[in-house]
Amino acid sequence: MSKLGEYDGPVLEIDKLSISFFTRLREIPAVMDFSVAVQPGEAVGLVGESGCGKSTVALGVMQDLGVNGRVVGGTIKFKGRDLAEMSKEELRDIRGNEIAMIYQEPMASLNPAMKIGKQLMEVPMIHEGVSKEEAYARALEVVTDVKLPDPERMLNSFPHQLSGGQQQRIVIALALMSKPSLLILDEPTTALDVTVEAAVVELVRDLGKKYGTSMLFISHNLGLILETCDRLCVMYSGEAVERGSIEDVFDEMRHPYTQALFRSIPLPGADKNARPLVAIPGNFPLPHERPPGCNFGPRCDYYMEGRCDEGYIPMEPIEGNDRHVSRCLRFTEIDWDAPIELGEQTEKAKPGKVVLKMDHLKKYYEVAANALFGGGDKKVVKANETLSFEARESETLAIVGESGCGKSTFAKVLMGLETATDGKIYLGDEEIQDVPIENRSTQTISSVQMVFQNPFDTLNPSMTVGRQIIRALEIFGVGANDTERKQRMLKLLDLVKLPRAFADRMPRQLSGGQKQRVGIARAFAGDARIVVADEPVSALDVSVQAAVTDLLMEIQRENKTTLLFISHDLSIVRYLSDRVMVMYLGHVVELGTTDQVFAPPYHPYTEALLSAVPIADTSIEKKHIVLEGDIPSAMNPPSGCPFQTRCRWKDKVAGGLCDTQLPPVRTLGGKHQIKCHLSDEELAGMEPVIKVAAE
Amino acid sequence: MGLFILRRLGVMILTALCLTFIVFYLTNLYPNLEKLAKTQGNFRMSDEAVQSWLGARGYMEPLPVKYGEWLGVLPGYVNEADDGKITGRCIAVNMAPEDAPTFCGVIQGYWGNSTVFKDSVWNIVSKRLGLTGWLMLAVMMVMVPGALILGVLAGMREGSKLDRTLSTVSIASTATPEYVSGVIFIALFASSAVGLKWFKGTATSAMDDITWVNFTLPVITIALYGMGYIARMTRASMTEVMTAQYIRTARLKGVSFPNIVLKHALRNALIAPFTVIMLQIPWLLNGVVIVETLFNYKGFGWTLVQAASNNDIELLLGVSVVSVFVVLLTQLISDIGYVYLNPRIRIS
Repeated sequence: MSKLGEYDGPVLEIDKLSISFFTRLREIPAVMDFSVAVQPGEAVGLVGESGCGKSTVALGVMQDLGVNGRVVGGTIKFKGRDLAEMSKEELRDIRGNEIAMIYQEPMASLNPAMKIGKQLMEVPMIHEGVSKEEAYARALEVVTDVKLPDPERMLNSFPHQLSGGQQQRIVIALALMSKPSLLILDEPTTALDVTVEAAVVELVRDLGKKYGTSMLFISHNLGLILETCDRLCVMYSGEAVERGSIEDVFDEMRHPYTQALFRSIPLPGADKNARPLVAIPGNFPLPHERPPGCNFGPRCDYYMEGRCDEGYIPMEPIEGNDRHVSRCLRFTEIDWDAPIELGEQTEKAKPGKVVLKMDHLKKYYEVAANALFGGGDKKVVKANETLSFEARESETLAIVGESGCGKSTFAKVLMGLETATDGKIYLGDEEIQDVPIENRSTQTISSVQMVFQNPFDTLNPSMTVGRQIIRALEIFGVGANDTERKQRMLKLLDLVKLPRAFADRMPRQLSGGQKQRVGIARAFAGDARIVVADEPVSALDVSVQAAVTDLLMEIQRENKTTLLFISHDLSIVRYLSDRVMVMYLGHVVELGTTDQVFAPPYHPYTEALLSAVPIADTSIEKKHIVLEGDIPSAMNPPSGCPFQTRCRWKDKVAGGLCDTQLPPVRTLGGKHQIKCHLSDEELAGMEPVIKVAAE
Repeated sequence: MGLFILRRLGVMILTALCLTFIVFYLTNLYPNLEKLAKTQGNFRMSDEAVQSWLGARGYMEPLPVKYGEWLGVLPGYVNEADDGKITGRCIAVNMAPEDAPTFCGVIQGYWGNSTVFKDSVWNIVSKRLGLTGWLMLAVMMVMVPGALILGVLAGMREGSKLDRTLSTVSIASTATPEYVSGVIFIALFASSAVGLKWFKGTATSAMDDITWVNFTLPVITIALYGMGYIARMTRASMTEVMTAQYIRTARLKGVSFPNIVLKHALRNALIAPFTVIMLQIPWLLNGVVIVETLFNYKGFGWTLVQAASNNDIELLLGVSVVSVFVVLLTQLISDIGYVYLNPRIRIS
C-alpha cells in the first residue's frame, strides 16, 4: 500500500472538467469546463458563492459524486494518473492516503459512537497495514502536532466531549495521519468562531509547510484565501471565471465578477455614509436557468448585448502576468482602474433621544448538574453580568463577541423571552426587565422586534409570504380591517424591495436573501422602535449580504429606528455601526464609538478579535495575534478577569491582579469604556492591529 | 449508575402498586364477586346466600383493607362460622388457627389460590411463565438477528435491488398475522395435505421436552410476524446513518464498504431499533396468546385468557403483577443499553 511513485508535474491537474447531476426531469450541469492545476507544495484557493459548484469539484476529485452525479467531460489527473480510470481498490488506496479532505462541519464529520483514537488509528491501519501500537503512536504524534492539549485524553474521548475548535483540529489530524500529498479543505472554518478560525488557519498553514502538502482550499471568504493560498480560482455558476496568483487577482482583477465581489465586501475604508458597498444586482442563476453566453452577463455592469450572450466564452490568458486567465470577452476593453462609481451618499443620521437603557442587567441560569435525571447540585451559568449601556434613536449599536459570550441571552431578555435576574431595562420610561413576552402590551411587542440569523428556518414553510406579514400586522394590531392590512403588507414589500407578486409565494420559492427581506419586513411591520438583528447576513452569500445590509440601513434611516446589530464579523460591524460593544463571557469588555473601538488603545480581547478577522486586501498589514485555547465555559468562568486565561498582556499587570480581581469599568475619555487592569501607559503604547501599508 | 438503577426500581414498585390496585379494584367489583360466588358455590344461590358466602371469605371488607391484606401489610381476615370453625385468609385447609401467620400477602410470598386450577397462584404463574419464557427466548433468538440482518442489508444501499427485495419481504411478513401464517405453516409442513410432514402441528409435547419437530412452527410463526417490523425500523435507521457525513468521512478515508457498514454505521444504526426490540418483549409475553392457542401450548398467555374468562381474581392479579414487572424491567434494560450504544448519553 505504498504511495504512488514520484511525479514531477502538478499534484492535481483538472482539465476541462464537467460534472452533471441527473434527476428524473433533466440533467443539471453543476460544473462546466473547469480547469485548475495544483503544483507540489502549493495552496490553491477556490472561491465562489454557494451553489457555484466548488464543493462538487472537491467531491469530483475524490470520485465521490453519489448515485446521481457523473463526470461528463474532461479529466482529473492526480500525479499524472487519470482518477476516472482507476479501479475501486486503487481509489480506496488514494483516498485518505494520498488525498485527504477536511470538512465544513467537524461535529457531523466525526463518528459520534467511535472514540477519536480509533477513528485516527484506522487511517494508517488501512493504508499501511501497521500494528495497533504503531498506529496509536502515530495518532498521538499527529494530535500533538495539531496542538491539542492532553493528547492521550483526547484519543480516549468521544467527539461530543470536545469543543468545535478541538473537533476541527481532530478532523485536520485525521487528514494528516498518512501525510497526504493533497489536502482538500471544504470551508474548514465556516462553523467556527473568528479567534478559533484564526488559530485553525494558522495551524493548517504551518502543517502544510511542515509536511509539504499541496492544498485545495475551498471558501467563500476572500480574506481567508488571501491568508492561506498562493493562487486562486474564482468560480461563478459552475465555471471558473478567473484564475491566477493571489497578488494578480486581488490587485489586478480582470473579470467583472471578481471586481463586483470585492466591491460588495466591507473592507476597511468602506463607510455606510461616505462610501457605501456596491451590491451585485440580481440573483444567482439556477443551474438549469443559466443565460446563453456569459453566465454573469445579466448581472454585469459591462454587459454588451450581441457579444456577451453569444455562445461559448473561453478562458484567455492575460499578458504580462503569471498564468493569469479570465473568462471575459471584454477584459482588454474595460478600464479596470476607473474609480468606483460611488453609490448614493447619505448624511450621517443624528442620534436622537435615549430609547433603550440597560442598567446593570444580569441574567443567570440555574442548571442541574445532572441534566438527564434531575437532582444533584445546581450550577449557575452567568450568561450576562452587569450589562449597562444606552441606545439612542436612529443609532446602530453593534454587539460583538464569539459564541457563548452572552449576546443571544441579552437579546432574549430584551425581547421578553426570558426575564432578567437583576438590573433594569428601560424602554423609553417603561421598565420591561421583568415582563415576559406574554404579559407585554401589543405596543411594547411591536416596538421591539427581531431579525433572525437563519432566514431559512424562521419563515413558516406552509404559509404564503403575504399571509405571514399580515399575521404579524394582526398581532401588532395594525390596520382596522383586512383590506387595510393587505395594503400595508404590500407597502412593506415595497419597503424591502420585493416585487408585490411575492405576497402569494411560498417561502421555498424564495432565495436566501429574499427570505431575509421578508424577515425584515415582518420585523418592521409594527413600526418597531428597536430592531435586534442577530447576525442577519451571516447565513447569506457575499453578494447578497451587501444588498440586505444596505436595505437595513435605509429602512433604519427612514424610520429612525434603533438597530442593535449582533455579529461576530468585525468588518461589517465597522462598516455599519455607530457604536460598538464588545462582549466576552457575559461581560462588556469594551464599549465606545466605532472609531474608538477600532483604534488603539484596545481591550486585549478586542485586539485579538481584530487580528483574527481575515481581510481581503493585499495592502493591509495585520499584527498577528493568535489566542490559545478555547473560550472558557460560562458554567465555570475563570477567577478575576474573564479573559485572563487567553490574554497576552497578562504579565504586564503587576501583582497578578488579573487572576484575582475583576477589573473595574474605566472610562478612557469620550465615553470609551474598557474593563481592563492594564495601566494607562500600557494602553497608550498599544499599536494598531490593522495598518494600511504605505504604497 | 447504581443510584439510577435504585431510583428506577423505586419507580417500578410504585407503578406496580398503582397498576395492581386498578386491577384489584376492577376484579373486585360486586358483579364479578357475585359471579364468583355463584360459580364457586351454587348457581341458584339467593342474594343473601351470596352475601354470606362472600362475607365468610373476606370479600365484603372495604376495598383498601382487602388490598392491604392481598399485599400483606394488613392482617388477613379471620372469620368464625356459626359452627365455631375458624377460617381465614392465612389459615390453610389443614392448619390450626393458632399456627397461622397474621400477615399473608404478596410480600410474604403468598399469592393466593386460583379458583380455576385449584392450585396456588405462585405455582401456576411460575410454571406458565417458564413455558412462555422458553418460547420467547427461542423467538427472540430467531427474530432479532434475522430482523437486524434484514434491516442492515436493506438499508446499507438505499434504493438498490437488494433493498427493494428485502423491504418487500419484511412488509409481507409484518402484514401477515399469526393466525394466517400459523395455519399456512401447519398446512404446509405438518399436514398430509402437502405431505411435507417435517414438523408437528401441535406444541403440547414441547411443554415437557422441546425438540425441533414440536417447537419450530410456533417459533417461526411469531418470529416472522415481529421480524418485519424490527427490520423496517432498522432499515430506516440504517439508511439515515449511511447518508451521514461521518460515513462520507470514513469512505474518503479509504475504508472499504464492508468495514464502513460494520465498524462505522452499525452501532449508530442500532440505537433506534434497540428500543423497539425491548418493547417487543412485553408484546411477546401477552401477544403469544394466539399462537399458544393455535399450537395448544399452555403458556402465560393461555393462562391469562383462562383467568380472565373464569373471573379468577387471584390468578388475574398474579398475572398482571408479573406483566407489569416484565414491562418495567425491559424498559430499564433498554435505558441502560441505550447508554452503552449511544455515548452521547451518559448517566450521572
